[in-house]
Formats: sequence, structure tokens, C-alpha cells
Amino acid sequence: MKPRAFSYFRADTIDQALNAHARAGDDARFIAGGQSLVPALSLRLQAPRLLIDIAHIADLRGIRREGDTLRIGALTRHCEMLSEPLIAEFAPLLRAAAPFVAHPAIRNRGTFGGSVALADPASEFPAMTLALGAEIEIAGPSGSRRVKADDFFIDLFETALQPGELITAVHVPLFRSGQRFAFDELARRRGDYALVGCGILASHTGDRIDDIRIAFFSVGNTPTRVKGAEAALTGFTFDAARIAAAQAALEDDLAPPESDEVPPAMRLHLARVLLGRLLGRLGEGA
Amino acid sequence: MSAPLTSLDRPNSYIGRSVPRPNAKRLLAGRGRYVSDLRLPRMLHAAFLRSPHAHAKIISIDIEQARALEGVHLVATGADLAKICTPWTGTLDHFKGMTSAPQLPLPLDRVVWAGQAVVAVVAETRAIAEDALELIEVEYEDLLVVVDIDCAREVGTPLVNPGSANNVCFRSQLDSGGVDDVFASAAHVVEEEFSFGRHTAVTLEPRAIVADYDPGSEMLTVHHGTQTPYQFQDLYSRHYGIPEARVRVIATDIGGSFGMKLHVYHEDMAVVGLSILLGRPVKYVADRIESFVSDIHARDHRVRARIALDAKGEILAMDVHDLTAIGAFSTYPRTSVVEGNQVIRLIGAPYRFKNYRAALEVIFQNKVQTSQYRAVGHPIACAVTERLVDMAAAKVGLDPFAIRERNVIADDAYPQTSPTGYRFEALSHQECLRRLHAMMDYDALRAEQADLRKRGVYRGIGIATFVEITNPSPAFYGVGGARISSQDGAIVSLTPTGEVRCLISVTEQGQGTEAIISQIVADQLGLAQEHVKVITGDTEVTPHGGATWACRGAGIGGETALQATRVLKRNILEIAALILQEQPAALDIIDGEVVDAATRQQRLPISEIARIAYFRSDTLPPGTQAQLTVSHHFAPQGYPFAFTNGIQGCSLEVDVETGFIKLLKHFVVEDCGRIINPMLVDEQLRGGVVQGLGAALFEECRYSDTGQLINGSLADYLVPMAMEMPDIVIAHVETPTADTALGAKGCGEAGTAAASACVLNAVNDALTPFGATISTIPITPAKILKALKRF
Repeated sequence: MKPRAFSYFRADTIDQALNAHARAGDDARFIAGGQSLVPALSLRLQAPRLLIDIAHIADLRGIRREGDTLRIGALTRHCEMLSEPLIAEFAPLLRAAAPFVAHPAIRNRGTFGGSVALADPASEFPAMTLALGAEIEIAGPSGSRRVKADDFFIDLFETALQPGELITAVHVPLFRSGQRFAFDELARRRGDYALVGCGILASHTGDRIDDIRIAFFSVGNTPTRVKGAEAALTGFTFDAARIAAAQAALEDDLAPPESDEVPPAMRLHLARVLLGRLLGRLGEGA
Repeated sequence: MSAPLTSLDRPNSYIGRSVPRPNAKRLLAGRGRYVSDLRLPRMLHAAFLRSPHAHAKIISIDIEQARALEGVHLVATGADLAKICTPWTGTLDHFKGMTSAPQLPLPLDRVVWAGQAVVAVVAETRAIAEDALELIEVEYEDLLVVVDIDCAREVGTPLVNPGSANNVCFRSQLDSGGVDDVFASAAHVVEEEFSFGRHTAVTLEPRAIVADYDPGSEMLTVHHGTQTPYQFQDLYSRHYGIPEARVRVIATDIGGSFGMKLHVYHEDMAVVGLSILLGRPVKYVADRIESFVSDIHARDHRVRARIALDAKGEILAMDVHDLTAIGAFSTYPRTSVVEGNQVIRLIGAPYRFKNYRAALEVIFQNKVQTSQYRAVGHPIACAVTERLVDMAAAKVGLDPFAIRERNVIADDAYPQTSPTGYRFEALSHQECLRRLHAMMDYDALRAEQADLRKRGVYRGIGIATFVEITNPSPAFYGVGGARISSQDGAIVSLTPTGEVRCLISVTEQGQGTEAIISQIVADQLGLAQEHVKVITGDTEVTPHGGATWACRGAGIGGETALQATRVLKRNILEIAALILQEQPAALDIIDGEVVDAATRQQRLPISEIARIAYFRSDTLPPGTQAQLTVSHHFAPQGYPFAFTNGIQGCSLEVDVETGFIKLLKHFVVEDCGRIINPMLVDEQLRGGVVQGLGAALFEECRYSDTGQLINGSLADYLVPMAMEMPDIVIAHVETPTADTALGAKGCGEAGTAAASACVLNAVNDALTPFGATISTIPITPAKILKALKRF
């Protein structure tokens, strides 16, 4: 379990990092918290010739308000999601998801941007960018761009990121009055990848649901918004009939993968149960 | 008013006292000396190329590129090591008719499980060795893979070992007679088929070894993370043809073992050979994935069993068939059939019935070997017995406690012989049942359960009685021809300053062996415990003995220390009597002082006796030769095993929508005879229970149809962790064995023995309103939801 030899470059600026990657070509990887990449290197599943350490780039750090959004720097550690007051106030769904992300040692090093960039379909944060309607800010050889979370996750570990690009920040619309959120997951042990997990952000007028975004993880190749279920609820209230309709809609919204441990029908069942429980909580004003 | 004085109020009374482990501070301070951390001068590192196939012919191995890589010192194949290492066979004579193919460090022409080591590389660093592995080309020709146990038993199925008639390793039968007649006429018969997942030990520190062959002195020193240094001294000596006195095995601190680290592993044997070939120290530490595919696995049994009862719920007979698959070889030197053997002999053990029949079938397949792991066979025997008893209780209309009270062997009915031939000296099932009932507040728990059920909350309560095998005599391995000692040795010395040093053959794995030995020595001699130093785990220093396995450290090792110390005390008092012109019998030792036995008046510090004996022997009467070092050996006699017993209970909640189980509380009442250190016994029980709960809910080595282990990482193989574990409440009954002066029996496996059975019973109890049942472990959400027909 020793990685193949690699070169290491510590970038101080985004430009340095991008240039280093451009020079090295496909054989380079950016490394931030390293919580997924380092095991992959040790297992020799990946063996890049160059690691570009972006963990010391000041422009990737920090959380701040920018107009109607919260700009969360890509290097924000998972543990900061638990401790930062701006997160608690303006992105409480991320605060709610954070305790479920792995274990404290991993949360101390793993980064938000790294998690979104890896796009593990079983991870909490990539799915939450969908629920939040976030935008991903990307820097690359041809400049900066923003991609909606809805357009970011393409397939298994495949995103809108092009080779040589890196995520610089994630922009999240500020949480406001009239919104409700809920998060939970079903994991066999605390800190494990969930069998199924879900985060919801709903906007209300009184009890009427004006808009609702429901994102699941651990249900397929990518984090998944369930638009059928959302449609079943939009314009209604969280009554038992609408919750049942939303649960029923998951059958079309989700196509869980074959798995010897969690058969597709079981995962769909668990997704329905979880959705029912979360919507029940939202109905109670959660 | 203060409590009445007890024996614990005597000075230096350490037996029965919770004192901290003297070595705990060192380990907590990060000062442990683990083989994984060891660096010797000129040390090289080994890595192994492993088979990607579960069964294949090796057509060719090309090592030229690997050998040419800078930093590589040796690339060795099976043929290279076969020149210096004799093969081994994992059979024992007392398992009549068992077979297993001879094994070598690395295979010559065929691989038999996915993950088997095929080629070894030794290099300057582990990283270079792994680079070299990528340069080795092995051409394989696939052979038909035998994975499934039913497939392995079919006539005409591919053979794991060519040349054998079938895939059977061993068959055994027990029959007390009359079983069919009893079943034919019984008022109630209950039957079930159970299955138990394969799982493995997952030690915090993986297997680690540094072999250091010095061609100058023709001496082999092996630093080995093992429980049994003497056994390995013998094995390395015999298989590499090095005289035993020139083989030294040092077992220092070890990061967990649980029975997994007393078997011969191919890589470990290979590393010894690599060091001999190179004349340099060679280190190998298994990484986590290597551990999953090469450490022994355990369990993997399928048991069909039935129980017959009379109309009042008295158990009359049991009939059992145990089928187990053990991988491609039987493990050396303890075999892979002991677990099955113990399953069929322990089933029904707490109960009074007479008619018993059991058949055991042990089958080869293309997976890694199984063998002894904490609580060998016990959890299976316990789960089968206790679930059947619960099913019978439901059928007869008795409460789980009531049916057990009716059927356990009465506390005043000992000695007893079980229908399987086990001889019980004295057990305490009735007392344990009473204590558990009170401790659980059973009636209140049942009332709460009924109340919550009305509100859609499904709680389950489960109990499980057990019998545990401890303090094994030579009946365990010795009679089968294994050079595995059931005796232990101790050397106890009074040092010149009046302290005591004890070298003992039992070893320390973190359970507190050294602590209890120092307690026993201090107690028996009359000395403060901090003045006793215990040294373990070095064949050059400590006397030959069985070391630590099968719950023998306290019962056998402890008795060895006790008897050795009594001899030393007698010798000290003889010298004291000469100096003081007293009779030895009139003297005693308290707190390091020789005292008048009757008045406890201090006469002379033992340090003064040591000073005179070591430095001024001229002042002693002519002819006096002070013997202040005593060596003593003790082998268990009397009963072949010291059986212990106990009962566990658990309370849990099943989420019937998700299939998730929440463990609420676990209870243990346990009787391990004389308790030396209650805190350590409780820790052993809690650790054991947690391992049993892991088996019940989480742990399983899952294989694909092609024999690939598909969950060989700690992200996929779930071990029990703190967040999911309940509080574990413990109480004790003490029935000392009369076979020893100490009276201690083992306690290391009791927790594991019954924890999974308890959970199985509790889950089934919770599912009663739905008419759903579970008969396999681990009990996963998928199994519960399937049973409830939720998907």
C-alpha cells in the first residue's frame, strides 16, 4: 500500500496551479484534503506523475456573502461546515449534512470543493449543492466560469470539470425566511456511506409549497434531484396524500443500481421511507 | 458504619482486586514496541504478488524485469523457497480421517484462492518492492472455481485438490442413540436451518513480522506479532532445519490478535526463508487489503437442527447437522476443523437432556482458510441452541426464562457429563438466570415492550445461556500430535534489592496478562504489586509454554505463577528462618517484610534476605544454598477443560420500515471461577460482546461467484463501532475450579460466545407481531426488510 513515486508541487496561487497542470498534462492531479485521492494513490488505483497541492492557495479559502449568495471557498473543510456561523445562518442545510460526512479525522482535512469535484454519488455535499440550487465556480486554462449544480454532475465520477480545471468556490443562495430544510440519511453505522440519503430545501407561502428541491445521494451514478416528487408537492401542502404522491413518484425519478447488498427494490423502498419522514418533518415546520 | 472486612482487606491482597494494568500507561503514551514499528540495521522489506484468480494453474512466472529494478535484492518464487522450507500439512491425528494438501510458503504450480501470495520481492523499501511487483508477469490458466458450499459437495464437481476423491476435508458424527425414537414420540418438535456468515478478526495492527537470520552465528531471530512465540520457534526450527536453540521468537507488543495470530501464514513462513536466503533482516507488514484476503476467516457454517420436547416443555433430544466450508487448505498447525468440532459438541450444552445426535461435514472451497478465532464455534452452537429453545418456548407456551429454568442443569447436580462427552465440574446456570432476570428488570422490560408495540414501536428482548471451554489440557491439541503446549512455565526470582521478577510463558495482547500475573505473584509472596516485574514473549528468556489462546492465560498461566511464587516464598522463609533462628512455619511475608506469622510483628525486610543471600552467603550456616530463583511448570490435570458458563440478555429496537436495528442495552452474567481482576474481566467481556455484536449485525466476508472477496476494505467490511454499541452491564457468579489452587477459569471468549445469539433472539422477538423470522447472521437491514416483505 505504497503509492508509486510522484513529483510534488505546492502552488501558492490559482494561476500557478493551473499552469503547473497545463505543463504536466493528463499526468497531474490537484490535491487539497487528499481524503479520497491519497487512498487511491496508496492502492495504486491512480498513479499521477505530479501532485499539485492547492491547499495553500489563499483565494480558495474563506466563506463570505456576495449579494444574494454565500460564496464558500473550495478549501472550506468539512469541519468548518459545522463551526462557521455564516454556514449555520445562510446555508443551514450544509450545516445539517456535515455531521454525517465520514468521521472527525476526515472532516478535519477533507474539503468541500474536493468533495464536489470528486462527485462521489454516495457523498452528502455534492447532492446538497443540487438541493440548494448552488453554482460551481471553476477556474481553468481558458478563464473562469460558473456551472449550475444541476448541470455539473454528468455520470459516475464525471462532472462538467474539464481536464486542468479546478473548483474555486461554490455559490449558494442565501437561506431566507419562508424556507424550510431537512436532511437525513440511512447508514448502517454513523459515518458510513449511506444506503440512501436526502436533503430538501422548500420555499413556502404559509403552508403552501412554492418551490421544493429534493436531492438524493447513494441512489445511482450521480447525486440525483427527484423532479417527479418535487412536482407532486409544488403548489400543495405537506399533507399525507401529497407525501404519498411524492413517495410514489420516486419510482420514476430513481433507477437504483444493481447491488448484492442493497437490491434496487430495497433502495427504492428506503428512499420512499426516508422521503416520507423528511417531508413529515417539513410539514411540522422543521 | 464501615463495611465488614473481607479477604481484600489483607495487605497485598491483589486477587479479586481491580488494579490498573502496569503497561497501560506505556501504551497510552505511545511507547509501545510493535513489530510494525521495528527498524533493524540493514533491514529490507518484502511485498507479495498475489493471485487475481481463485483457482488457476501457474503457467509461467517472469521475474526478470522486477529483479533488474534498482533497489530490489531478491525476487523469490515458490520453487526458490521450497528448496529450503519443508511443507506442512494442517491435519491432526485425533480428527480421524481428515485430509488436507501439503502447503509451502509460495505455490509451485497452482493457486487456490484469490489473494494467495505467489511471488515475493525483497527491496530497500516497501515502495520499491511494490514497484517491482508491477513488473512481474505471471501467466495463469483458469481452473474451475469452487466457491459455493453446495456446489463443492456435488458429485462430479471440480476438485479444490486434484487427486482427491471429493472436496471433503473431514466428517464426524456423535450419537448417544435413541434420537429417532424420541423425536417420533415427542410432544413438540421444532426445526430450523441457520447460517452464519464468514467473518474475520480485523486487528488494529495487521500481521507483522521481521525475520533476521544471521549466517555468522547461524541464528534466526524472528520479531513476530503473535500470541504463541514457542509454537513458532518450534515451527521455524523444524521447517527450516535450524536447531531449536538457534531460533528465537520475540513477541513484543501486539495490536490485537483474537486467535488470528497463532496460525501459520504463508507470507510469514516466506519472510523467514527470504531472510535466510539474504542473510539480512526482512520485514513484512500486511496492509489492510492483504489482511482481508490472507488472515484466517472464521464461522461460515450452515446448521440444520431440531429439538424435541415433552408436553411440559422439557427438552428431550437434539439432532444437528453442521456444514462448514474452510477454504482450500486446513490451517496449520491447529487445523480448520476445530470450530465445527466445537459446534457439534457445544450445542445443547447448558441443558439436561440425554439424547443427542450430530453430524459435521467440513468442505474445501477456493477461498482463504478459516480457523480458530475468538470463541471458536461457541457463537454458532449458542445461537442454534438458544434460538431453538426460544422457538420451542413459543410453541409450548413458556416464557424464555421459564423454559430455561426448566431445562438447565441444576446448580447442585454437578459433576455432569454432556451427551456430547464434555465433563462439567461445576456450573451455575440457575444462579445466572436468576441474576439476569433481576438485572434486566425483565418484567418491566416486557411491560414496556407491550406498551410500545401499541404505538408501533417494535422492541425485542433476547436471552442466551452459554457454556465456554477454557483451560484446555493436552486433550485439545497435544493428543492429535500437535507440538502445542498446554502447560506453562514461570521463573520467579527475588532480586538483590528484594524485588521480584517473573518470566512467564503466557503472553500479553492487551488483555492484561502481565497485570494479573503481577497481582498473583505479589499476592502470594506478600509484596506490593509495583515491586513485581513480569516479562513475557521472548523464547530466549521466558520458559516454554502454551502462551495465550483458548482462554488459558489466567487459569493455567496464573496457576503456574501462583505455584512458582509459593515455592519462592518457601525458599525465602527458609533463609529467613536460618537468619532469625525461627521455624519457617512461624514466619510470613507481608509488604516485603518477613513477619512473625502469629503476631505480624516485623522481623526482617526481604531485601535484607536478598542482600545476605547474594552478597554475604558467608554469614549463612555452612551448607546453605539460597534458592531465590525458582522455575516451575504447571500442566492442567483433572478435568480436560475448565468449563465456564453464563447468560446474556439484550434489548433492541427494530425499525420495521428501514430494517435498521438499534441496540439499546446488553446484559451479561458470567461465571469464570475465581476473578483475579474484576475490571479486566469486565473489559474482556465487553470487548467480547462487541465482537459478537459485530458478527450479529455487521461483519461478513462477501464473495463473488468467481471467488473474489468483494468487501475487503474497512469502508465495505463493517466492524462494530462505538456509536452503534449499547451500554453493557455485567455481573458475576464465582464458581472456582477445584482443579487448581487459584480456581480461575477463562473469560476472554464468553462475551463473544452468546452476544450474537442474544441479538438473534431479540430480533425475532421484535418481529413476532409480523410472523416474520430470521435465522441467519449477520442480520442486515436487507434481511429484515425481506422477512417483513417490504420490498
